[in-house]
Parts: sequence; structure tokens; C-alpha cells
Amino acid sequence: MLSRKASCNSHGQDSYYFLGWEEYRKNPYDEVRNSSGIIQMGLAENQLSLDLVESWLESNPEATGFTNGESTFRDIALFQDYHGLPAFKNALAGFMARIGENKVSFDPNNLVLTAGTTSANEILMFCLAEPGDAFLVPTPYYPGFDRDLKWRTGVEIIPIHRSSSNGFKITESAMEEAFEHAQNQLNRTVKGLLITNPSNPLGTTMTRRELNQIIHFANTKNIHVISDEIYSGTVFDSLGFISIVELASQHKSSHNKDDLLSRVHMVYSLSKDLGLPGFRAGAIYSHNEVVVSAATKMSSFGLVSSQTQHLLSSMLSNEKFVREYLSENRTRIKNRQQTLVSGLKDLGIKCLNSNAGLFCWVDMKKFLKLNTFEAEMELWRRLIYEVGCNVSPGSSFHCVEPGWFRICFANMDERTMAVAMRRVRVFVDSMHAERIKNMKSQFGEGERKWSALALPCSLRFEMIEGMEI
Amino acid sequence: MRLQLSGKATCNSHGQGSSYFLGWQEYEKNPFDQTRNPQGIIQMGLAENQLSFDLLESWLSENQDIAGFKRNGESIFRELALFQDYHGLPEFKKALVQFMEEIRGNKVSFDPNKIVLTAGATSANETLIFCLAEAGDAILIPTPYYPGFDRDLKWRTGAEIVPIHCTSSNGFKITACALQQAYQEARNRNLKVKGVLVTNPSNPLGTTMTRAELDLLMDFIIEKQIHLVSDEIYSGTVFSSPNYTSIMEVLLKYEKAEVWDRVHVVYSLSKDLGLPGFRVGAIYSNNDSIVAAATKMSSFGLVSSQTQYFLSALLSDKKFTKNYISENKKRLKKRHALLVSGLQNAGISCLKSNAGLFSWVDMRHLLSSNTFEAEIELWEKIVYDVKLNISPGLSCHCSEPGWFRVCFANMTEETLEIAIRRIKALVESASRGRDKVISSQRSSKNNSRKKSFSKWVFRLPFHDREAGER
Repeated sequence: MLSRKASCNSHGQDSYYFLGWEEYRKNPYDEVRNSSGIIQMGLAENQLSLDLVESWLESNPEATGFTNGESTFRDIALFQDYHGLPAFKNALAGFMARIGENKVSFDPNNLVLTAGTTSANEILMFCLAEPGDAFLVPTPYYPGFDRDLKWRTGVEIIPIHRSSSNGFKITESAMEEAFEHAQNQLNRTVKGLLITNPSNPLGTTMTRRELNQIIHFANTKNIHVISDEIYSGTVFDSLGFISIVELASQHKSSHNKDDLLSRVHMVYSLSKDLGLPGFRAGAIYSHNEVVVSAATKMSSFGLVSSQTQHLLSSMLSNEKFVREYLSENRTRIKNRQQTLVSGLKDLGIKCLNSNAGLFCWVDMKKFLKLNTFEAEMELWRRLIYEVGCNVSPGSSFHCVEPGWFRICFANMDERTMAVAMRRVRVFVDSMHAERIKNMKSQFGEGERKWSALALPCSLRFEMIEGMEI
Repeated sequence: MRLQLSGKATCNSHGQGSSYFLGWQEYEKNPFDQTRNPQGIIQMGLAENQLSFDLLESWLSENQDIAGFKRNGESIFRELALFQDYHGLPEFKKALVQFMEEIRGNKVSFDPNKIVLTAGATSANETLIFCLAEAGDAILIPTPYYPGFDRDLKWRTGAEIVPIHCTSSNGFKITACALQQAYQEARNRNLKVKGVLVTNPSNPLGTTMTRAELDLLMDFIIEKQIHLVSDEIYSGTVFSSPNYTSIMEVLLKYEKAEVWDRVHVVYSLSKDLGLPGFRVGAIYSNNDSIVAAATKMSSFGLVSSQTQYFLSALLSDKKFTKNYISENKKRLKKRHALLVSGLQNAGISCLKSNAGLFSWVDMRHLLSSNTFEAEIELWEKIVYDVKLNISPGLSCHCSEPGWFRVCFANMTEETLEIAIRRIKALVESASRGRDKVISSQRSSKNNSRKKSFSKWVFRLPFHDREAGER
């Protein structure tokens, strides 16, 4: 009676990524009211700098009051032009340029406003691919893509596998392999690549070398490249980030520049950098006129509220606010990331070296009973139910290696973070005690071997691993 | 090697030549302004409600805090900034369903758990089609209908629209015969019919459906085991009798029946409250699977939390809503009467209507022949000579030439009077036979333009518009 889309599961909502959220919702941590509840570390929200936005709003009430001398309530209420509020597009283009430290400028005419990147990514799929076509996406990737890119569009995602052997960087051979697999084994036409840069869940920015390889690959195969740069404002190491738009503008290749610019598209949103996911303010940026034109019309299905465009255009036009916000936000993210990384390091847990994002990509392989995804799920269950931390298992991001977890750090206050770290410490200690117990029962008592107990946590594990059994 | 784009991205470019779009373009080049451009083109093709902003503005001035993210004096900015739950802000859904009940005279009640918020009715309608139909399936829609449906319901979904032809012979009402014919046409084209979609009150007719029509629809969807979508976006614009009957009222007697979860309502605040910019729409359904699927799909077009909060306060203010609903209707009634009587004085009649932001105007007697070519010829004259942008019936898929939709709620009273005077002048000159001279003078100038019109007019839907037009 209903369409297949309505009845099927390809919205991906049943993955562990979302199920963890369900558990959290049933028993959410609250410092006062539910101190034994589950701490949400699976939500990539930026709650660190909302006070800055809030205080700007307090000082600028006309931004929410519908009057700033230029527009009236009536003007704003009636404004539904899918070309978007010019003042907002100008301000957004300026904001995006500032994030990239003005190494590239964005033309507001190449911007299409959408209700978040969720909408932007889906629109691009509708514009670039037919049902049944494929897009290559490097793993691990944001679980929402399984819904956003595939569900209503009928497009297939073919993974480009990345592994810890080289720090999860993309390689030419991995891209080639994915392409061959799609075209030859699955008989699907590959229409493009979609990358997230900075990466979710890795928290790393792509190197210039990787981006060049991607562009070269796209040129060779005559396909599109979409770069989801939703986390670009969270880069706390200023050398790190290169926008695909910047690279495409600079690129010297045998193909002419126009051709390259017509195949490169960028997606952005204010949900992570500004911490405003509720406002649904996203955008597509492209030099391809046909794409911009079609996407603009498709944005009818998810326009940004004019009330919100009005507010954001005021805020983002304020250069002083933007400058100070971006810099302070980066500092806070960096500090919080370091708190998590060093805290985990003290417990002998390593994170992938990262320079962006609202999360760390954490190596928990040593805690797996076996090097399998079943073991990863078992560990994840323990983390949720015993440790009381909702973290996201790597398998939900389609990671090829078991044992990696994404842990978010920017969606809680410092005290909650400290509580989380204490819980992890308790867990690590208990894991350690378990292993000692198991080994004792296997190999019998012997003082020499077990003097390792006196050592600090991180060394204890290294000793155990290093010991010959 | 050409870089490929999808069929969906490239097919749309053909719409650029449609005459409907050209009418808009002419208006944009030369827009009427009472002081700065009194000879410009008056926009009468835009179904906006601009009559009651003062009521909203005065509420706003007494409730500045709400716009400023405050609730009872405390800031809830943070909470709203982070709120992206596709189940929607509970206080907003509650206020919205209560508003919908109030519009229907509290004859039906709505459950907030059965409502799905979407970025406008544009998004709601597309989402429903994604849920009800596969690519290639058909939806039956009575003509004349809102031109935007050709894009909203078909473009990305791949669904087909098969028209249910309504004619002036019975005031454009839906008949059992027309329903069966449409169904048969779909079958002949090997299309599986998944449902019927009606707009009630109707755009472009401005009429509310009779109880008899609604019962007919129910019988039909029960017989064919298909869905019914009732787009009730104009439900708050019913300004005179007969009283409005929503499909939800009719559905009351089918509570235990199978058809109970095959009837769905679409709503929006764009017309009743005049807030198209805020992108507030909704789907209402008793069907749990539809609500579940549509809720997830609403991820692609959520309503801004800032806007949800603002409107939850507005719509929870019962004193405001009661006054607004009644005052808005009075103003629409008055404005409608002004247009209708003005046209009557010029010898032009309108379909008798009791709702909407427009009249369905009978200009058949002004056509040089009973053809769509003549309709477009007349439309061109009205755009270029009379300087009014109105919507030709062809763009609404009307099966009879000579009907035009003329909007009345998107301008001041003075502007409307000027428009009426211009129409009168056209009619007077027509009766004096001068139009023959004018049209022969223009014919050499316009021949090439007319030729390109004819090519496009019959080819593709009139859906390309710069601003949202309904």
C-alpha cells in the first residue's frame, strides 16, 4: 500500500549509531538529576561557544526583532525566493572565506541555500546521479550518508577503504579498486566521489597530496567531486585545512580549469562551526551553472526560514564578531580535544592524531576479545551499559577494522567530561584486572610476572602485551 | 568527454521558455509602484495574503521577547539552537494542531503525534508522494490545479499526474464520471494509480468542496483501494458560506474502516497567516507507517527551531488566533467582493467562490476564438497592454480556454482599483473594436515572440517561477 521507500529500512535508522542514541534517551546523564545516567558522547554537536553567539544576540536585538532599518516583518514573512536573501548569501560567502583565512573567495551567486547539509547532499545526488548509479565514499564515513545520499535518490554508495596502516589516508589504489568494483562487478556507473573534509569521524583534514590525488582521479574518470566541509570551522591547527574550492582554483593540470571547476562541488552548514543545527542553514557551492540552477529549484523542498536568514545575515555580516568567534571557538575546541586525548593517553588509550572536528577517533582494539566486529559490538555494549558512555562504534561508520570508536568531546561541559574520563578509567582498570585474572588462571601465580600491577596504567598494558606467553 | 549530470538536473532547463515564466519576467522588468512606477505591471499572479500583517505586527510588538528566544523572561536560545529533532518542537505541534482545529470550527480534533512538520506544503506534498508512490505510478488530480504540482509531485519522485477533468458546465465540480475516466486513462497508459490529490479549498477556483464531492471521493478511493491527499493550505481563507468541510470531518464516520489510514491532510501557514518565508508546513495522517516514514524524510526539510518556537507562542495565544481568523476572513471577503463587483461592472463574471486569495475569472467572451492560442493571445495583451500579470487557465491545466486566475490579496485596495480600471478600459476598447487594430499593429512585432510562445505553451508545465507562487 505504501512505496518501497516508506516501508524499507534503507533510511539506516536501525544502525547502532542511532540505537546508541535511543539508549541515551531512555537514561540520559544529568549532573544533578541522574548522575548515573548515560553520558552522550555520540553526538557531534558544538556546545562550546554558544555563549558567544548568545551574547552577540543580547547586544543586537534587532537581528531577532525583524527590523534592522532595511527590512520589515512583512518583507521577511513574505520572502520565499529560492535564490535566498542576498544579504545572507553575501554574509555566508564572507564567513566561508574567513574560515579558509581568505585564501579563496566565494561568489554568493554560486551558493544555493538548503535546509542543512542533509538537504544539500541529497540535492546534489539528485543533480549528479540517476537511481542505480554509484558514488564513492571513503570509509569510515558519517552514518547519516546511508540515508541522505541513498534513500530517496536510489544512488548506491561504494566504499573507498581506508585503514590505520597509513593513518586512514586515501590512496590511489583504494580509489581505483572501489571504482573497478562498482563498474565491473556491480555494473554501476560511478558518477562521483564524496569526501568529508575535515573528516567525520576521523577529525583529520585531508592533505594536499590526498586532495590532488582525488582531483586527478576525478579528472581521469570524468566524474564529480563533492567535498562536505561542514567541519571546516573546527580546524584548530591553522595550517591544516585546504578547501576543495581553493585547490580547484589553483590546480594546474592538463585539463582546463573551467572543466575542473565544473566537476567540483562543496557543501557547507552552520550546524557545527556555529553550533546551530536547529536553524537548518546549509549550502551548496558550485561553479557549475547547470548544477546551481537545478539545485536552486530543488531547494524549494527545503528552503531556509527567512526569519533565520535575516538573523544569520546580521550576525555573519558583523566582521568583528566573526573574527573573534572563529578564533575563540578554535581555541576552545583545541583545549577540549586535548583534554580528551591526554586523558585517554593516561589510560593507555591512543587516538588518531587529529586537528579538527568535534570528536576523536579512538583506538580501542586492545580491549577487543577478538579482532572481530562482534567483539566490537560487545565492547560497545559494555561501554554503554557498564561505563555509561554512548560512544559510536567504528562499524557504524563502515570502518574495515574492528576496534575503533568515535568519541565526541564538544557537546558537554568540562565537569561532565571529567566524569566521563573517570568512568573510562574505572572501566580500563576493570579490564586490566580481568586480563590479569584470566592470565593467572591460565598460567598460574608468579610474582615476577605480576609486579607489573604496580606500574602506571599505560605501562601496565604495554608490559602485558609485550610479555611472552 | 562531457561531464554528466542527471536527467532531473538537465530536463528542467526546458521550462525557461514557458509563457508563464515570461509573464513573471515582464513584471520583474517593470513592476508597478504607486508612487515610483504607476504605469508598471501590477502583479496579480501571486497568491499571497498581505491583508493581515498589521495583526501579526502588533502581536509581535507586544511579544518581542519571544522573537528574542526568551520564555518567561529566560533565554532558551541554547536549547533552540541545538534542537533538530525531526519529531518537531512539542509545544509547536500542539499549538499548530489546535490552530487547525480552530479553523475547522472545532468539528474535528487533531493528535499532535500524527503530525509531521515540513519546510512548507511544497515539501509536505513531495514527501507524501515519495511515501505513497513508486516512480512511474500515477496520482489523479482534478483540473484546474496549481501549476507547482507538476514540479512538486513529479520531478524528483518520478510519479505521473493524470488529470480528472472538471468543467464549467457544473461549476468545475468533481463528478463520478470524471473520476472513472481519469482512472481509465491511467490504466490505458499502463500506470498504476496510487491516489487522488485534491486542494480544498481549491487553487485556482477559490471554492470549497461540497459534501457531495467529498463523499464521492471517499467512495472512489474505497472502491479503488487508493489514497487521498487533501491539500488544505487555504482552509483558513474561507470567508463566506458554504461553511468549510475538511476531509477530516468526513473521515469521522470511517473510523473503524480500512480507509481510515489512507486519507492524509497537508497544511501550511503560508496562506492563512501570510508567512510563506517561514517555511512551515505539515502532513497529518492516521497512518502510523506514513507518519514514521515522513518524519524521517522531513530531515531533508525541517522547520527552523527559531521559527517553530516563535510560532508556537503566536498560535498558543488563543485571543490572538480567534481575532486573527475572524478579522482575516472579513478582510478577504471585502477584497474579494471588490474584485468581483469591479469585474462585473466590466461585464466579466467570476466563478462563484467563497475562499482563497484569488478569483477564477471567465474571460471566454473576450477570446477571438475558443482556443488556447486565443487564450494566450489575450493573456499577452493583458500582460503587455493592460499591464496586469494574471495566470492563464492553461497554466493550471484547465481543459477549457478563456479562464484566468486573478489574485486580490497581495496588493493594497488602491492598487486593486487601478487594476480593475485597467481591465475595464480593455473591455471597453475591445467592444469598440479597437483591439483588431491593436493586435494587427502588434502582430508584426510579436510574430516571432508568439511563435516561440506557441511552441512552449503546449509543451511543458508552467512551473518555472522565480518566487514561490501558489
